[in-house]
Amino acid sequence: MGIALEVRNVTKIYGSGENAVVAVNDVSFSVAEGEFVALVGPSGSGKTTLLAMLAGLLYPTQGNIYIDGQDLAKMDDAQRTAFRRQRIGFTFQANNLMPYLTARENVELMMRLNGGCKSECSRMAVELLTRLGLGHRLNNLPRQLSGGEQQRVAIARALIHNPTLVLADEPTASLDTERAYQVVETFADLIHGHRRAGIMVTHDLRMCIYVDRVIQMQDGRIVRILSQRDEIDELASAKRQRTKTTAVAEVTAASSAPDGQFPR
Amino acid sequence: MGAYLAFKETWRSRGRFLLVSLLVALLTALVLFIAGLAEGLGRGNIEYLSNLDADLIAYQAEAQILIAASRLPRGTLQDIERVPGVKAAGPIEFSRVSIILPGTTPQGQPRKPLDVSLIQVEPGRPGEPPVRFGRQLQNRRGKEAIIDSLVARRAGLSVGDEFTIRSLQGTREEFYTLRVVGITTSQQYAIQPSIIVPLLTGDQIKPKPVVEDRPSSDISSNIIAIKLDLPEDPAEARAFRELMKRRLESQVKKIQVVDIRTAYENTPGYSAQKGTLDTQRYFALVIGVLVLGGFFQIQALQKVAQIGVLKAIGTPNRAIIAASLVQITTVTAFGVFIGTVITLSLALALPVGVPIVFAPQTVFIALVSLLLIGPLGGLLSIRYSVSVEPLTALGLAQ
Repeated sequence: MGIALEVRNVTKIYGSGENAVVAVNDVSFSVAEGEFVALVGPSGSGKTTLLAMLAGLLYPTQGNIYIDGQDLAKMDDAQRTAFRRQRIGFTFQANNLMPYLTARENVELMMRLNGGCKSECSRMAVELLTRLGLGHRLNNLPRQLSGGEQQRVAIARALIHNPTLVLADEPTASLDTERAYQVVETFADLIHGHRRAGIMVTHDLRMCIYVDRVIQMQDGRIVRILSQRDEIDELASAKRQRTKTTAVAEVTAASSAPDGQFPR
Repeated sequence: MGAYLAFKETWRSRGRFLLVSLLVALLTALVLFIAGLAEGLGRGNIEYLSNLDADLIAYQAEAQILIAASRLPRGTLQDIERVPGVKAAGPIEFSRVSIILPGTTPQGQPRKPLDVSLIQVEPGRPGEPPVRFGRQLQNRRGKEAIIDSLVARRAGLSVGDEFTIRSLQGTREEFYTLRVVGITTSQQYAIQPSIIVPLLTGDQIKPKPVVEDRPSSDISSNIIAIKLDLPEDPAEARAFRELMKRRLESQVKKIQVVDIRTAYENTPGYSAQKGTLDTQRYFALVIGVLVLGGFFQIQALQKVAQIGVLKAIGTPNRAIIAASLVQITTVTAFGVFIGTVITLSLALALPVGVPIVFAPQTVFIALVSLLLIGPLGGLLSIRYSVSVEPLTALGLAQ
């Protein structure tokens, strides 16, 4: 398995002097092709800032990020924009889709951005959406789709152009539990099936049952990396059981934020 | 890519964009009607002077280029004709009379007399307009007239017809009968269509505050139209005109000589009227810029998240700008098209005599201005869209 993403000693500091805030502190890791990684941690732990740097939306203060062996630091803004649309797939927490484009057109958008959409692109979009269970929703506008369907369209858009790296920012944040599982499972299947590198930022540890590795962040640093299946499943199921047993405990946990559990 | 996004959004939100287009259509109608009114009133005031087949116009020196205040005796005409470089000169006298219209209104009332400008000229000299139908004036004392096509339409006259003029002579109303020998076009003066009569005939007809027992033998006029032996080269012709103005003023006593443009720009009310209507037109355009600017700015504010996502997935700024420009231009152009159709349809239904004229050049300038207000108003929203950070998609930019 080749390395799709390599993060070397990346630090991000906002501001300077006394007002300096270290958002990401000397983080290093790599993600292989076909590997799906969850980036977890409490709010303010630096995972979204890290995701923004991986996407080339923010410049690291120190360190380097390599995607497909190319150093993002050596690219200017225009090159990063082009790199993003060619090599990175994105899904966001909300406002993922263009409200004036149908499901199929939203997926085709990435191909259009990358040089046009002929009949082949349209066929690929239809195939991918059908595989995601949206074959009957191709010509629906986002407002006519449920939250889960919208996220699945966003996943299709993130994968249609065969990117090296797929980034997902809280893809289950606005979904109910059942739909959240469906969406992440689909995401994981596609990442594995298409042999793309995938990184998902999430608060919801239950979703980790579908990932290959969990990178846990706190205060800008990586505090733990779980790569054994049983460790990951234990983390996810512990959270799942907690959810089922006591909602009151969840609220309490939110204030104390114990290790391994990051209630929203 | 930009055009694709623009058309998809415009089509899928067509109700909203149609409302904005209708607003542009109303502004277009307003601007075109004001432009048409300015053109119509302007023409009504100066048409005769601006179409005069002459190079210079002589006024009485103390008259401050006001036709009504200017009086030039016959001797001045002869002095002007003697100046080398003058090809021909013709006296012109202006007054107002009414044409008695035959028949009755549908309500059985006598028809209201038609007020016209009475323009006295010497047959065959500068000042007599060319006819479209019929013949030019021939007899210095003939009971004949060339009428403007507006008079022909409103009074129902054609070549060979006779008509009656009512004129106030002292305290009495007098009636004179003239025959139409020719019909000319575009000869309004003082917002009224005109009839052109021989100078001596007109001297009897024109209204007089006091009727003299023995009319003066010296027939004076308000102005004298001067035709020059102009060189063919336009630059030389301009220089020669300037030279002749100075030469005429130095060689002929008590006259002021101006070119045609200066003459009609000094017609009473013309500049003030034009200025007022132009101000209204510019205001309508400014309102258009602000309304469209406001709409597209609000739309850009509502689309910050969408624009952030578009940028995050790698949409270049040029595509965002193109999308905004295509959308703004399409909405504006559609509105201008609808507005033009509405305006021209309404204009066809206007009764004869309403001083609204859609001159191609004026309409073209108005339409270009209207087409520019969209992009101009949208500049702010485009600038704002370009400034949206892709980090917005991740909630990291405010």
